Amino acid sequence: MSDLLAQAARKSAAAETDPVIPSADDEPLYESRREIYQQSVKGRLRTIKWVVLFACLGVYYFLPFLRWYRGPNQPDQAVLVDIANNRFYFFFIEIWPQEIYYFTGLLVMSALILFLMNAVAGRVWCGYLCPQTVWTDLFTVVERWVEGDRRERMIADAKPMSVAKAGRKVLKHFLWLMIAWWTGGAWVLYFADAPTLVKDLATFQAPMVAYMWIGILTFTTYALAGLLKEQVCLYMCPWPRIQAALTDEYALNVTYRYDRGEPRMSTKAAARAREAEQPAGDCIDCHQCVVVCPTGVDIRDGAQLGCIQCGLCIDACNTVMAKVNRPLGLIAYDNDVNMDRRRQGQEEVYPIIRTRTVLYAAMIAAVGLVMLYGLMTRSFTELSVLHDRNPLFVQLSDGSVRNSYTVRILNKRPLHRIFVLAVDDLPLARLSAVGITTTSGDWPVIDIGPDSTRELIVHVTAAKPADLPASRRITFRITELGTGDKASVVDHFVSR
Amino acid sequence: MAVQPEIDPATGRTTTGHEWDGIKELNSPLPKWWLYIFYATIVWSIGYWVVYPAWPLVTNYTKGAFGYSSRQEVVRDLDALKALRAERSTALASTPLEDITKNPTLLTFALAQGKAAFGDNCAPCHGLGAAGSRGFPNLRDDSWLWGGGIQDIHQTIAYGIRNGDDRARQGNMPPLGGPNGVLKTDEIVTVANYVLSMSGQTTRPGADLAKGKELFIANCSACHGEDGRGNRDLGAPNLTGRNWVYGSDEKTIIETITLGRGGVMPGWTTRLDETTVKALAVYVHALGGGQ
Repeated sequence: MSDLLAQAARKSAAAETDPVIPSADDEPLYESRREIYQQSVKGRLRTIKWVVLFACLGVYYFLPFLRWYRGPNQPDQAVLVDIANNRFYFFFIEIWPQEIYYFTGLLVMSALILFLMNAVAGRVWCGYLCPQTVWTDLFTVVERWVEGDRRERMIADAKPMSVAKAGRKVLKHFLWLMIAWWTGGAWVLYFADAPTLVKDLATFQAPMVAYMWIGILTFTTYALAGLLKEQVCLYMCPWPRIQAALTDEYALNVTYRYDRGEPRMSTKAAARAREAEQPAGDCIDCHQCVVVCPTGVDIRDGAQLGCIQCGLCIDACNTVMAKVNRPLGLIAYDNDVNMDRRRQGQEEVYPIIRTRTVLYAAMIAAVGLVMLYGLMTRSFTELSVLHDRNPLFVQLSDGSVRNSYTVRILNKRPLHRIFVLAVDDLPLARLSAVGITTTSGDWPVIDIGPDSTRELIVHVTAAKPADLPASRRITFRITELGTGDKASVVDHFVSR
Repeated sequence: MAVQPEIDPATGRTTTGHEWDGIKELNSPLPKWWLYIFYATIVWSIGYWVVYPAWPLVTNYTKGAFGYSSRQEVVRDLDALKALRAERSTALASTPLEDITKNPTLLTFALAQGKAAFGDNCAPCHGLGAAGSRGFPNLRDDSWLWGGGIQDIHQTIAYGIRNGDDRARQGNMPPLGGPNGVLKTDEIVTVANYVLSMSGQTTRPGADLAKGKELFIANCSACHGEDGRGNRDLGAPNLTGRNWVYGSDEKTIIETITLGRGGVMPGWTTRLDETTVKALAVYVHALGGGQ
């Protein structure tokens, strides 16, 4: 029986004996947190969770120290969010602020991947990959290491405070704070050169904002993974609410196969019942699935909001089933459809390829391909032209007409580059750029520093505006000297 | 009257009594820590009362322990901005005008500063886009009354035109008509038609252009030159081009000759600091591509 049911049982027992029936007005408005004494468990899924935990934390804590050579005067950190210089570096990719749409694509893809995971195997994200789960798992291990497993902790907590108990509690919180502090420290390393920042932090020369962020993240990690734990999943996280609306009867969820488990009875009673050809369940009601649960739910109540589907109850139940010589998998990844099919003697079905999984996969592929195409074909040279709007054109004393433009040239390569700026489709046009004296032919030659942009005031003059329409489409073109790398943009020349 | 709470048979929990299509809402109390966080925010808000300006009094308000004021913050931000710009401001102040355009960083800085200063100080007469209006020259074309070189522009901005300052640009168009005028009304029409012809415009039928030329050389060429191309030392405009400060039609030209012209521009050294005047010169010079 779940703890919730146990509560109800106690309540109804009290109602029978107690003549004073509590009224609705007496119901408590607030609920205290019930401490969860999670028991350790061994098994296949626990092993997978360990591997995922170490992989995720390993990436998080050490990725900032990975180097990636980009050329002289360029940051050599593989993953770097350079806020001061408006650049984001990810291995061979460098993102400028105007390319922020890659992050939109990434977020769309992340959401779709979450949906796909959910359609295939429920809350895989919650159970294995979510930072809340990973850090809570880590904090629980530390807790177990200091204070002991479920039984020792329950006994210790029931006893009055002693020096040894206080010492263990202090040690636990100290270790938690150290992990939290390291977590905050790793976070800030993504925003500056990691080795330099580590040195600066240690010698108290790092900027104040770095210490502040470490402080904030130390607090949030400690509070969320140490103090709140499952409360985050139960009360704060929106995903359990959304997930329930996205799931279907074919999604593989951590499931108690009640068709096999009920009615619950001891092994002896079950053996007797089987001999008498009476219905006998495999569940021996040993509560192992409940005590290993990180959120303290009873999986036998069915799919529920509190279940993060980490599968630890599967490991616990399999251990017990092996001991009582019953087939494994009383709790397993299964779907709702099979529950009915087994009862009707039909074969189990596990259709991974369904309309929704195919659709999600196709959408992920589509977004991924669009992003890939964008990344592969993006130019390292860009030109943008803005026609002056006030005035649109100026008449010169000899009757020719001049239009002015603000031209910006982007050089996304880590090299110093030289471009020739020209204008096409305007006969007898003269083009001059303020501050540029070097020319090639009649066109100004513009040099631009590595990985930077240059804005220019550009004047275009047409000698015979009478021959031109009131507004003519013209093309600005930049050509790199040497490589011939080109970029062009269309604008207008206004004559009257 | 106390109402008996209903127990939901599946969960054993009480319901709130609310029911939608047969579905009853369970009574799920909020977690206690949620409540404590709410209390914590109340305590935090009391802290705000203490450290920040909070309570309005009759003629005053509580100042708060931090002594914060938004005005002070603006002052601090402006000082920080000034400090941020100090290096380039110093460089701009010490670099000769001609060399500013050769340094891309300095040029960008001067143009940005110049654009802001132009909007604040020059736009009321010359327009935000510097295209001018009647009586206020267009600063984007190539017709410069007092010269379009960067030094000329700087001189004009710094000291202005006909504003009473000894260092200002002097020289004006005197009135040639009127009762005591040098020219009679019909002579003014004749010379005006000659002026029209200099810039290739159509003249009044039967206008005596030869007489007009004679009158022009006698009365106007001292400033505008015999060929009418003007004289920048005197601010005398080129009369052969397309661009006219006051207008190029016969009526306007007659008015100009009869009544004279003498537009005034204030000098800016007395109002703006030297670096800003310099930045303005660079900006205005860049607008028209300079000369």
